[in-house]
Amino acid sequence: MMEKFEKLNGIVMPLDRPNVDTDAIIPKQFLKSIKRSGFGPNLFDEWRYLDQGEPGMDNSKRPVNPDFVLNQPRYQGAQILLARENFGCGSSREHAPWALQDYGFRVIIAPSFADIFYNNCFKNGILPIVLDAELVETLFAEVEANEGYRLDVDLEAQTITKPDGEVIHFEVDAFRKHRLLEGLDDIGLTLAHADEIRAYEEKRRKTAPWLFQ
Amino acid sequence: MSAKTLYDKLWDDHVVRDNGDGTALLYIDRQLVHEVTSPQAFEGLRLAGRKPWRVEANLATPDHNVPTTDRDSGVEGIADPVSRLQVQTLDENCRIFGITEFKMNDIRQGIVHVIGPEEGATLPGMTVVCGDSHTSTHGAFGALAFGIGTSEVEHVLATQCLVQKKSLAMFIEVDGKVQPGVTAKDLILAIIGHIGTAGGTGYAIEFGGEAIRALSMEGRMTLCNMAIEAGARAGMVAVDDKTIDYVKGRPFSPREEYRDQAVAYWQTLHSDTDAQFDKVVRLDASTIRPQVTWGTSPEMVIDIDSRIPDPAREPDEVKREGMNKALAYMGLEANMPISEVRPDKVFIGSCTNSRIEDLRAAAEVVKGRKVADNIKLAMVVPGSGLVKKQAEEEGLDRIFIEAGFEWRLPGCSMCLAMNADRLEPGERCASTSNRNFEGRQGQGGRTHLVSPAMAAAAAVTGHFIDINKL
Ligand code: SF4
Repeated sequence: MMEKFEKLNGIVMPLDRPNVDTDAIIPKQFLKSIKRSGFGPNLFDEWRYLDQGEPGMDNSKRPVNPDFVLNQPRYQGAQILLARENFGCGSSREHAPWALQDYGFRVIIAPSFADIFYNNCFKNGILPIVLDAELVETLFAEVEANEGYRLDVDLEAQTITKPDGEVIHFEVDAFRKHRLLEGLDDIGLTLAHADEIRAYEEKRRKTAPWLFQ
Repeated sequence: MSAKTLYDKLWDDHVVRDNGDGTALLYIDRQLVHEVTSPQAFEGLRLAGRKPWRVEANLATPDHNVPTTDRDSGVEGIADPVSRLQVQTLDENCRIFGITEFKMNDIRQGIVHVIGPEEGATLPGMTVVCGDSHTSTHGAFGALAFGIGTSEVEHVLATQCLVQKKSLAMFIEVDGKVQPGVTAKDLILAIIGHIGTAGGTGYAIEFGGEAIRALSMEGRMTLCNMAIEAGARAGMVAVDDKTIDYVKGRPFSPREEYRDQAVAYWQTLHSDTDAQFDKVVRLDASTIRPQVTWGTSPEMVIDIDSRIPDPAREPDEVKREGMNKALAYMGLEANMPISEVRPDKVFIGSCTNSRIEDLRAAAEVVKGRKVADNIKLAMVVPGSGLVKKQAEEEGLDRIFIEAGFEWRLPGCSMCLAMNADRLEPGERCASTSNRNFEGRQGQGGRTHLVSPAMAAAAAVTGHFIDINKL
C-alpha cells in the first residue's frame, strides 16, 4: 500500500550541493538490511557523523558533525528538503527514499531529480517538486536568512505558499498526483487488468514464442 | 506507417494497455534479481499473499555481498553476519518462490549485468529490468533495459508489468574512428563529460554512428552500462550481426525451432532512417583521448594529457563550489597534470569492465611487467565464474598474478565495497568501475574512473599514463 500525501506545512532544510547521490543519502553498508524501515538515523550518514557508521551501532552515542545542516538546531524537525540539481542520482536503491521518509522528510524541492529516485519517492509518500533553478536559488537565500522558515505545500492545488504569502505553482504528472493523493496500491490496480496481461501474453506467445520457451 | 526509433519499437511491442493518463502498462520479459534490492519485495509479496506472475521470467544471483577471496565454506562462511543474512535471504526467497538462482558457488554466478547476456537471458527486443541502476547495460542488445526501485521489483514479480511513462528519445551519434588506446569506456566518459550527469535525464538514449557500430558487444555493454551516469535510465544500441552472433547458442537463447523467427524479428530492431529524435548529440570519435576522472562525479573527467581544471575559471557559482568540494575530497590541486596523480590501489572489475575482453585488454598491458612499488593492492575481479574460467583457460590469471595482481572470485567487490574489498580513508584508486562518488569504494576513498587498459597501465607505472606512451 502506498503512503498518502495531501498537504504539509513544514520547516525547510537547505542542502546546498548539486548531484547528491543515493550513496550519500544512505551509504551502502546500511543496504544490507532486509527490512524497509529504520534507515532514518543513518540518513546522510557520512556527512552527519564524524565516525564511520556501521549497521547495528547505537547512533545516539556517535559523534555528530556540528557543521552539517541536519545537525543544526534551527533545522530540527524539518520535513521539507531544499536541494540542488540532479538530486538522487546514482544507485536505484529505494533505501534512499525510505531513509528520507523515516527521518521525516515528506517533500523535496530541487531544480532537477534523477529519474529512478524521482519515481521511487512517489512510491513512498514523498513528493518531489521540480522548480525553476532561479526560484530554488531564491528559496535557498530566504531559508538561510530566516530561522524557522516554513513552506506550505498543497498537492491537490499544486502550490507552495511562502511565509510572505507568495504562491508558487508546480507541475506534477496527473497519474502520479492521483496515486499519491489516494495512497493507492499499485499492484492491486495493475492486477485489475489481469485479463489484459494474459491476452498480451497469448499474443506474444505466437509472435515471439522463444520468450516463453 | 510513420518512421519509428528503436525505442518506439521496443516500447510499442510491450504495451499491454494504454492507461489514458500518459502512462502505459508495459510488459516485462526478464527480471534479474540480486540480494540487495529484493528482500523487501519478496516480503511485500508474502505479506499480501501474492505469487510471482511468471516465475520463469526471473533469474537471480547474489553479487554485491559475496566475498572475492575465499568461498570454501559456502554462504555460512561469509564473515560479515549482515551480508551473510542477505545472501541467505535471497537463497531462501528463490527457493520458496521457485526462482532460478545461480548461487554463490555456482560457476555461473556473477554480477547480474554480466550473467544476463552471458546466459542469453538478455535478448534483443526484450524488456529487461532489475532493482539496479546499471540495468541499462542490457540495452547493448537492442533491448529496453532499465533499473527500478524495490517497490517496482515487487510489482514486476506480482504482475510481470510496470506502469511507465514514455521517456523522450535522444540519439548520440559518435562518428569517425577512434584513436589507438581509446576504448568504449573512454567514449562513454567523454560523452558524459560532454552532456553532463543530468544531460540524459528524462531520455532514453540510443547510441549510434560509425564508432559505436565498430564496438564489440562487450564494448557496447560498457557504453550502455554508463548511460545511467549520464542521467538516462536506458541506453541502447541497434541490433546488427554482432548482436545476433553473440546471443547464438547460449543457454537461454531461442531453441533451434524458433531461431529463424527470432532473427527475423531482431533484424527489425533499429531506428528507421527518418525517425525523429527529441534530441541529437554528435561527437567525433577521432578527437577523443583516453579519459580519467579527477572529481567526485563522472562528468568531472579529462583527457589523460590534460591538467586538473581550475575552479577559479568556472563562471557558474554552484559548479565552482562543487569543483572546490571535489578537489578537497580528492586531495588534488587545480592545474596539476593528471598524469602525475599516483593511485594506491588498482581495481579491475565491475559490471562496466569485467568481461573477457576487458581482462584481455588489461592483461596485454600487464604482460611482462610488474605492479609499481607505490601500489599497495592491484586486483582483478572477473564479472562471473564463466569469465574467470575462460580467462584462466587463456592464461590471463598467470599474467596478472606474475605481475603482482590479486586474482579474485567474481562479484561487485570494490565497485561499491559492500563486501570486505574497500578503500581506506584517503586512499586513491584507479578503477574500471562506473561511479567516483564520495565514499563509493569505501568511506573517504578516492576514485578515478578509467578503462581496463588505463588501469593496468597505472598499476605498472604507479601513475596515470597515456597507454600509447607505455
Ligand atoms: S558491479 Fe558495481 S555498479 Fe555493477 S551492479 Fe555491482 S555494485 Fe552495481
